[in-house]
Amino acid sequence: MTDILNAIVALSNFVLIPGAAYGAQLALGALGVTLIYGILRFSNFAHGDTMAFGTMATILVTWGLQSMGVSFGFLPTALIALPVGIAITGLLLLGTDRAVYRFYRKQKAAPVVLVIVSIGVMFVMNGLVRFIIGVGDVNFADGARFVINARQFREMTGLDEGLAIRSTTLITLITAAIAVALLFWFLNKTRTGKSMRAFSDNEDLALLSGINPERVVAVTWLIIAALATTAGVLYGLDKSFKAFTYFQLLLPIFAAAIVGGLGNPLGAIAGGFVIAFSEVLVTYAWKKVLEYLLPENLEPSSLVQLLSTDYKFAVSFAILIIVLLFKPTGLFKGQSV
Amino acid sequence: MTARGYLLYAGMALLIVLTGFVQGWNLALTILNMGLISAIMSLGVNLQWGFAGLFNVGVMGFVALGGLAAVLVSMPPVAEGWNAGGLRLLGALALGAAILVAAVQVWKRKIGGRMRALVMLALLIGGFFLFRASLDPAVNAIEAINPSLSGYLGGLGLPIIIAWPVGGLLAAGAAWIIGKAALGLRSDYLAIATLGIAEIVIAVLKNEDWLSRGVKNVVGLPRPVPYEVDLQRDPGFVEAAAGYGLDPVTASTLWVKILYSGLFAVVLIAILFLAQRALASPWGRMMRAIRDNEVAAAAMGKNVTARHLQVFILGSAVCGIAGAMMTTLDGQLTPGSYQPLRFTFLVWVMVIVGGSGNNYGAVLGGFLIWWLWVMVEPLGLWAMELITSGMSPDSWLRGHLTDSAAQMRLMTMGIILLAVLRFSPKGLMPER
Repeated sequence: MTDILNAIVALSNFVLIPGAAYGAQLALGALGVTLIYGILRFSNFAHGDTMAFGTMATILVTWGLQSMGVSFGFLPTALIALPVGIAITGLLLLGTDRAVYRFYRKQKAAPVVLVIVSIGVMFVMNGLVRFIIGVGDVNFADGARFVINARQFREMTGLDEGLAIRSTTLITLITAAIAVALLFWFLNKTRTGKSMRAFSDNEDLALLSGINPERVVAVTWLIIAALATTAGVLYGLDKSFKAFTYFQLLLPIFAAAIVGGLGNPLGAIAGGFVIAFSEVLVTYAWKKVLEYLLPENLEPSSLVQLLSTDYKFAVSFAILIIVLLFKPTGLFKGQSV
Repeated sequence: MTARGYLLYAGMALLIVLTGFVQGWNLALTILNMGLISAIMSLGVNLQWGFAGLFNVGVMGFVALGGLAAVLVSMPPVAEGWNAGGLRLLGALALGAAILVAAVQVWKRKIGGRMRALVMLALLIGGFFLFRASLDPAVNAIEAINPSLSGYLGGLGLPIIIAWPVGGLLAAGAAWIIGKAALGLRSDYLAIATLGIAEIVIAVLKNEDWLSRGVKNVVGLPRPVPYEVDLQRDPGFVEAAAGYGLDPVTASTLWVKILYSGLFAVVLIAILFLAQRALASPWGRMMRAIRDNEVAAAAMGKNVTARHLQVFILGSAVCGIAGAMMTTLDGQLTPGSYQPLRFTFLVWVMVIVGGSGNNYGAVLGGFLIWWLWVMVEPLGLWAMELITSGMSPDSWLRGHLTDSAAQMRLMTMGIILLAVLRFSPKGLMPER
């Protein structure tokens, strides 16, 4: 019996809890991608770098606060800085829209042209981030490290396996839940949110009924800024901030959005968790869990790791291909243009 | 080519010559060589995007596969490695391929839906464990042999020039697999799928040490041109160099680079010629017809998906050839140096700036953007020093600005891309 409990604890410690946190971060990122797709109708390659920019803005504000001696108790200071970071990112995105995207929207350019334009924006944002904060690793998490660490857990329960819950994991899950709840409340209950959904469903009909497209687009960019910055800051608190890592997040985020069904917010959340859990499950070394579960003579001698962690991209990619082959509109019905 | 085209090419040549006079001929030739390779990559992407409107953002993967080909063809085989587990490893790979083929065959059978899915799943999962069980011991045995120097199987020991077409074939094979899965769906899906395959190719190169030593890199690839030290020992060469008033060391480095330029130029001209012929042929017209209106082309009886697959494979193969040439020029395969911004998106900037749909434009874009990519750093530093010259020398901002000048590259490329897309969306040399 204790063996089974130990196995469950080990599994939660290394797979379920980190997977859930990573899934929440991907889900927030994928929500941004899917909203841009639904309302502005293109795949935004600059999203990873938007996340990086938002995180960078938040880090700079955090440093400012720290130098003034402000802290948030056992919570990371970055959480106070987050709204400011969102505001700065929102301004940047609105500026980008005015300077770049609006021209093509007026022209009614093909979606693929907008994708190429977003690659240009990606270059500029990436350059901006590197220019301001550099390419190195930045660790900006402060406050309490653990809600409960492995030793405390062992003493509390008397089990052999420890369960460590890092405070950043808990913060990620709670913040993501709040963000998603706010987003869905906004989309479903407010007048502006409803007009956004109407615009996404049928642009012409929405225009006919007097919805101002520029207002819808501006609100969308502000929401994107909030989602991307939150996702980026949570990821950075959980791991660390590095411009290049954020660019690489593009692949799992897009995979999550497509797996869930592009343009479908609920799908993006489901997709984020599907991608995150499969990555963690496939790259986890199962030896420890199996040792607890199997009788002694069957215990594995190797690590029982299906794929090395460097292949985590391959996992999101494989899932993406499977979905593309068998269910091209995604798990939840997304738009297909 | 139009008069404007000749003018632009002359301008480009002038830029490289000026670089030679101002910053030295060694740098000018280095830029020229990479420019030739970039022009070939740019031609490959132009085949896909300019001819057919396919959005491939996995150029880096195909380039890296070309680099792998250079190692697999040219390095001498490692006998100990082959004895330790070479055949077992090949057997395991064959087994893996057989399992995949069997799974596809099961899927194609027209038997009841649920049964089919279950059998395929069982085959894939069971097959995966069987594959790993047969692969892992062989890999461990090979990688255990002298890991600091070899620890891999080596290559075939053939002349490295052969690797160029082989690199094209490897890239074509990968393109066939990815095209089969993602073509015929929406264009964004192809983009994401290619982005993914590129990352996977790099992950394989970084992790599969038995194949190409992973991040330990393969260095000292054989060269298609003589070595500088041999030239310096050759009395005939030293004499000829003295005739031009050059010392042997400078002359040998320049001569080696010139030889490379010659080889690359031959390949570039051959591919450019073929691409031009393809563009003017009925096949090229059909491609453009499909690009401009898929529905109409399909109604005329053209098989859109099959043609897309064809041109996707061709374009990727060209990128593979360029990748093999680049690894030949570097003399080493370093998987860690493959960055998507540099090897995928920069090539896209080349094609868009040069003029998508126009082969001469793509070549010009390759040269011009590569030249800029190299020159932005010194120019950026110079500009930053100019801007900050009024500040006090120990000011924090001044230090930060001059330190960050190296990061100006990406921003400059982005601004150029955005400016061209906005003000001259057809590029420097429009399609027509």
